[in-house]
This record gives sequence, C-alpha cells and structure tokens, in this order.
Amino acid sequence: MAFDKMELQKIEVWDGNRAAAQALRQSQVDVVAAYPITPSTPIVEGYAKFLADGYIEGEYVMVESEHAAMSGCVGAAAAGGRVATATSSQGFALMVEVLYQASGMRLPIVLNVANRALAAPLNVNGDHSDMYLGRDSGWIQLDAYCPQDVYDLNFIAFKVSEDHDVRLPCMVHQDGFMTSHTAQGVHTLTDDEAYGFIGEYKPMNDMLDFEHPVTHGVQTEEDWHFEHKARQHNDLMTKVIPKIQAAFDDFEKLSGRKYNMVESYDMSDADVCVVCMGTSVETAREVATEMRAKGIKAGVVGIRVIRPIPFFEIAEALKGAKAIAALDRSSPNGAAGMLFNEIAGCLFNTDTKALLSGYVYGLGGRDLTKAHLVSLFTELQKNVDAGKVTTPLQQFIGVRGPKLSFL
Amino acid sequence: MANKGWDEFEIGAMLRTFNGKIDDIAGTHQENRAYSENSSFVASVADWRINKPVFNKDFCIDCQFCWIYCPDVSIISRDKKMIGVDMDHCKGCGICVEVCPTNPKSLLMFSEKADEETELAAWPAKNEEKK
Repeated sequence: MAFDKMELQKIEVWDGNRAAAQALRQSQVDVVAAYPITPSTPIVEGYAKFLADGYIEGEYVMVESEHAAMSGCVGAAAAGGRVATATSSQGFALMVEVLYQASGMRLPIVLNVANRALAAPLNVNGDHSDMYLGRDSGWIQLDAYCPQDVYDLNFIAFKVSEDHDVRLPCMVHQDGFMTSHTAQGVHTLTDDEAYGFIGEYKPMNDMLDFEHPVTHGVQTEEDWHFEHKARQHNDLMTKVIPKIQAAFDDFEKLSGRKYNMVESYDMSDADVCVVCMGTSVETAREVATEMRAKGIKAGVVGIRVIRPIPFFEIAEALKGAKAIAALDRSSPNGAAGMLFNEIAGCLFNTDTKALLSGYVYGLGGRDLTKAHLVSLFTELQKNVDAGKVTTPLQQFIGVRGPKLSFL
Repeated sequence: MANKGWDEFEIGAMLRTFNGKIDDIAGTHQENRAYSENSSFVASVADWRINKPVFNKDFCIDCQFCWIYCPDVSIISRDKKMIGVDMDHCKGCGICVEVCPTNPKSLLMFSEKADEETELAAWPAKNEEKK
C-alpha cells in the first residue's frame, strides 16, 4: 500500500476530534468530502493532514457547503468507496436533505457529529439538538460519552454500516467541546489491528463496476416508494441490532473494551435511575455512586444506540427501577422529551409500575452539575416513597428565572 | 414491472441497466445489448412526437452530422453509414434536418401521420440558386 503506517503509543492523549480523525486514518477512508464547522472541524482537518502527510491513500474533497459535503459523500459511496465526513449543528441541519438520500440509497457513509445547539440564538456549544434532528433520517446513530468511545465506535460504525446485510449509513455522536475538545487518555489499536477489524471495503452495486452498470437515486411514486421505505425500516428494525452486537463482541475480543446497546451502571438493585446520553452519563454515574453512600439506591442507564432504538434492551435495563428520570438535552419545543417518549413506549406494555418523569437540561452548553443530579436523584427517591410522581412530568434543570415545568 | 413486495427487490434506490453482465458496452451495438426492463432504452417515447423526420438515402452523403447532433442518440449509423432513425426514441425535434448539408436535404420533417412512401416519391428537387 502506498502510504505510511503510524506508530501510536498504547495510550495517546486525544480529544474526541483527534480520536475520530485517527480512526478515519486507520480505517483508510477513500473519500472525505467536508465543509468545516465548529466544533467538528478538527476531524476532517485531521484527515486532510494525514492524507497530505502520506498516511492515507484517499481523496479530500473541498466543497461549498455541508449539503454539498454529504452529496459528495453520496456520490463517492455510490461509486464504491469507503466514505466518511464530519459536521455539527447548522451544518448538520443543512445536510439533512441529503442524509435521507444516503440512507434511502443504502450507502454506508460514516458521519461524525460533534453535537452542538441549533440556532437561533446562534450558539457553538454542545447540546443534543442536531443529534435529535437526525433520528428519523434512516441512519444508524451511535453515541459516544468520551474520546475513547469516539475512537472505538468509529470502527464499529464502519464494520456495521458496510456489512452487505446492512448497507446503511451510520453517525457517531460526541458532545461538542465536552468530548470533542477535551483531551483524555485513549487506548489505541495498532494500524493493522484497526484495519484488520473493519476489513477491506467490499463494494456492492458500485457505479465503478462497468460490467454491471447501475442507476443510483431513481424516482418512485405511490407505486414503489412505500415498499422501499418499508424495506429500509425492516432492515433497521431486524438486521442492525444483531450486527452491532456481533461487532461489539468482536471488538471486545480485540480490545477488551465492552460496549452495549444500552449501558447500565449500578442498575441490578437500583430503585431510582437516570437515563441520559453523552457526557452526562459519566457525571450521573459519579453522582449515583455518591447517592448510594447516602442510602439512595441510584443507577444510571446510558443509551449507546439511538437508532435503531434498542426497544427491548431499554425495557430490560429499566425493569427493576421504581422511579426513572429521562434527561433530554434538546428542547422538545412543544412535546414531552424524545427520551421520555421513547422510554414510555418501551415500558408501556410491560409489567413495570415505574414512575417516569422527564427533564430538559444543558441547552446551548449549559452545565449539568453534580448538584443538579443530587437533587434530581433525591426527587426520584421522593417519588418512590410517595408511590407517585410528585412533580410535573416535565421540568427544566439549570435555567434561570421562575421554576419551569409542564405536564 | 411486476408488483413485487417490499422484500422482493434489491436494496437501495437503484436500477440495473442490463440483465446480467456486459463485457464490452462500447463494442456492442444497442440491438445486441441485454437491456433490462428498467432501462429507458426499452421504453418507446414515439408518442411524444408530432412531426417526424423521413430519411431519403438517395441524397445522403454519410457526413454523420445528424448522428453527431441528435440529442437523443436516435440516428442509427453503422460503419459510418447512415441507416435510418430510431423511431422509438426520436422526439421529432428536427435538429437532424436542420444540420443536413445536402441539396436537397436527405432528412425532412413531416406530420407524424404522413405516409413515408408518398413523401419519398414527392421529395423536393435540388434547389438551383442563382449566384
């Protein structure tokens, strides 16, 4: 191969962006079409530098917008290459039209998203608004809580996405700044281990196969559209979760690091628990441990796979809990939060009598502090003691002004 | 196309141009290619046409202008000899007639309903313009 390998330390000090860029290098991505946006920019910048320095054999395509970036990725993926890019926030929003094209065309693109708030008001900091915006787009969505997760989940993403039984694009989410710009120790794989894990790209229906010419991106109307969408939904619902599980298992054998669809911490005997995503999971875990010292049996559930939603795994993880808090880091703008609704759906036909309440927090990068979580767990314990939800079903954490609650 | 169920077709918004493998597209004439039912080549758009070109081989000099200019690849030419017009795909735009350099022209536009034999028999004579 016409590129140099890189010697990595066993543990490198990387932020989430660097971890993603290194994973793209080790995956030997053929094409990155990208447009920079804070806080994801260093991911594609990193790929470009590795390429310029001879560590990758690939192509970096500079485009005029995120819409064009994802369009370039669609073209390169249809042509038959391993393709990735990165974006955040407004750039993600501009990509949305093409996200649906990519998944409908069944093209295995990996999109790193450094989660960031959506304007207005304009804001560069981390919340989950863009991540939530992508949840009906037909992509697989994985959520990283720290730079180590970002690095590892990129390999999982390529492996699952490119599987011929799956052929669906995959997002790897990380919290803007909190993960993307916070350097931590990251256990690395060697270049050979990493590439060996995801393997050589195996083209399928590629446009560069001149002996089997194909037309990609055809039009269907009421005669065929429904069948195509049904097929895509079927494959998301039935094929993806087993493939992710297999990839998690293989990855554990390779690295010793174990990932789950739903990450459960201290849940075996927990009375009260918080369900959240991103960096909040680690904060909540720390507080849960402290709550146990105070006699409150607290646990934490982190959603690792957002789409396809691990419906039964969530119900299983929460079956013993008496009071559950769903933490949404995106303004629901006129509804209960996404996690609140998903969890309610997962639990509704089960035997659980758990008390479910929802919380909106951390918008535009507002900190979720340990003190917030202490009062939250305490509130949940009050619910357990009272045998009912003693608060409104939707509350806002950390917003200034009179207490804000609904439902 | 048969009305297949959601689980009966290939994934992706994708259609194949040919049935099976094709080795040498450039070296294979259209009539010898195994176009699939999904290729637009197998669909006739003849009913889009109001006027049609009629080809008179008696005056053609095989200059290939019509073949080059036809926007729908509907001029059939073999070994640089003009054979005729692909009437399944010609849309009657008249560009072939416009670019035909012979005197009289070797291609002329007529109503779609015109009888070809009648029009060939009544083909215009050479236009003797005075210099």
